[in-house]
Amino acid sequence: MFLSKDDNRRILLEKTMKEHNYEESALLEILHRAQDIYGYLDKELLMDISQSLHLPPSHVFGVATFYSFFKLKRPGQHVVTGCLGTACYVKGVDEIMRAIESEYNIKRGESTADGKLSLLVTRCIGACAMAPAIVVDNEVIAKATKEVVLQRIKEVLGGEKTESR
Amino acid sequence: MEAKKLNLADIQKIAEQEVDFERAYKYRINVCCSSGCVPLGALKVLKAFEDAVKELGVDKECKVARTGCPGTCAVGPAVMIEPGDYLYQNVTPEKAREIVRDHIALGLPVKDMLYKNEAFYKKQQRLVLRNAGKIDPQRIQDYIAMGGYSAIVKCLATMTPQGVIYEIGTSGLRGRGGAGFPTGQKWGLVARAHGKPKYIVANLDEGDPGVFANRTLAEADPHAILEGMLIAAYAIGAEKGYLYIRSEYPLAIQTLQKAIAQAKSISLLGDNVLDTGFKFDVELRFGAGAFVAGEETAILASVEGRRAMPRPRPPYPANSGLWGKPTLIQNVETLANIPIIIQNGGAWFSKIGTPRCTGTKCFSLTGKTNNPGLIEVPMGITLREVVFDIGGGVPEGRKFKAVLVGGPSGGCLPDTLLELPVDYDSLTRVGAIMGSGGIVVLDDESCMVDTAKFFTEFCVEESCGRCTPCRAGLIRVKEVFDAITQGDARVEDITTLEKAGVYIRDASLCGLGQTAPNPVLTTLRYFKDEYLEHIQDKKCRAGKCFKKEEEV
Repeated sequence: MFLSKDDNRRILLEKTMKEHNYEESALLEILHRAQDIYGYLDKELLMDISQSLHLPPSHVFGVATFYSFFKLKRPGQHVVTGCLGTACYVKGVDEIMRAIESEYNIKRGESTADGKLSLLVTRCIGACAMAPAIVVDNEVIAKATKEVVLQRIKEVLGGEKTESR
Repeated sequence: MEAKKLNLADIQKIAEQEVDFERAYKYRINVCCSSGCVPLGALKVLKAFEDAVKELGVDKECKVARTGCPGTCAVGPAVMIEPGDYLYQNVTPEKAREIVRDHIALGLPVKDMLYKNEAFYKKQQRLVLRNAGKIDPQRIQDYIAMGGYSAIVKCLATMTPQGVIYEIGTSGLRGRGGAGFPTGQKWGLVARAHGKPKYIVANLDEGDPGVFANRTLAEADPHAILEGMLIAAYAIGAEKGYLYIRSEYPLAIQTLQKAIAQAKSISLLGDNVLDTGFKFDVELRFGAGAFVAGEETAILASVEGRRAMPRPRPPYPANSGLWGKPTLIQNVETLANIPIIIQNGGAWFSKIGTPRCTGTKCFSLTGKTNNPGLIEVPMGITLREVVFDIGGGVPEGRKFKAVLVGGPSGGCLPDTLLELPVDYDSLTRVGAIMGSGGIVVLDDESCMVDTAKFFTEFCVEESCGRCTPCRAGLIRVKEVFDAITQGDARVEDITTLEKAGVYIRDASLCGLGQTAPNPVLTTLRYFKDEYLEHIQDKKCRAGKCFKKEEEV
């Protein structure tokens, strides 16, 4: 990750922090923005934010690890998120997740070794009436079935199967 | 955009202009473009309608509007044509053209595409969702034309803050976030509290999995929430409000951002609201995936940029909230009720629902139901009416087993309780809670032990870890569930579950821990035979448990 002062991404982040007057209370907003810009929050980035806001690193790390929306590991090129909300669970999302896990030999929360695919879970995206829902690269697949989801993942991966570990 | 200086009378003028403008159109096609219908192709349908009215030359008499959700998520994309409220279901771009040709150009509604399920709406009463699916949430003029912002005008022009609080008190409105605290009383507490400035926090951290009522409201009618905040601010003397929304709702966030910008541009928010000297501003704050952040002291910590961990009360947020200042925390559904109460009077509102629980409640109806979607019903309606009349029963000829009310901290209620009226007190009596309004229907394919285990695992993950009963107690409960579902449990373990459940309920610091054992305790109360079957016969009648590692 490049945190040099002339890196565009760093400038965008600095701008956001400045807009919030480097206030402690805007920490969540700043972490959101940082994740938008960089894709995930790594240690170096969190240290940088803690220095800019004059907050102890423990505070910033504490907040970043407390909220499940913040990603601390680099996600894969393509991200598949299964909704594990009640409605999706009742409608059998678990079976679809297991099918993806065995197809790509990964567990939920992990990425494939080649970094092409991440499988994540979320607690409810609010698409309960069309359960089960699986999100493939920001596209919500409603009333998902194993076949449709696996096919869609294959398509976004460009037809090639990722290396299993 | 430069902020226009408007005054109280100008809102009325905008409404009149907009109504005249609308009158020029003979038809209005409302295409639902909320989070429910978009994955089903609503944006393509919207485009198809826009193209079709132009191609067929009816664009002068027919307006195509991008609206929020009419509630029928199961049959989306949904399209409603006014006048007459003709609701079309499962609309595709091809069907859109056919609808424009027959319904708009020739005046003949396409009967076989209409939503035929009259029962879905018959027992509903849509007050909070009055505009949902009818107005374009991205146009403030649409809201104003429906009488929007007339309530804040009425407050500013003719009512004192005490008068507003009195009116809300008369209405009997109780907080829709779940606990059901009387709203008028809460406002009175904050108004009387010492300390300045005062704050408002609007809670849209709909963390309950299986609930999407607040999201739909924000996507369909964002200005109703803002107007509710304005009225509350006037009543309690607040100058700043935070709207806390979960980041999992991108469309709702966009809609609200736009609504706030529009309200500012015509001086409905800002330093001098409608030239009256009243000052109020709203800022969005984004959650980041923490269920506990919906708890009132936790949400304060989160708005302040800290970990969302609850703290003991007192002091209550009414006296010591954000940065130690008096703070009113209110769920957005409660806030959306406020404008209609001011418009029609507290006495009018108090006649809806039951005497102790007035008004209506929005529920997300999901699970094994024929008509999943967003519904709004008067308080006191029975569970049977919700599940069987509105919901149309259980699909695929399966048998109803239980209904789960109140999300992961709610209760699983059996068919013998279907006559129960839905209100705060009745639900609490049988071990469930109103919660934020989730109703999940379970059929005989669901195992009650597995369901209780699922919620326990959820609460284990979401426990903030601050107090021991919740942090350690729930893990103990989960261990017992693991044993039961793997066939390693003894009958005495049921007593462990019961005891642990009661301890966690009684000793936890906040609402999360206090209600987390509800699914366990209610399933033990109403479905004990299933637990015994698992333990003694190693049998799961739904076939969910006892799976070997390789199958899992």
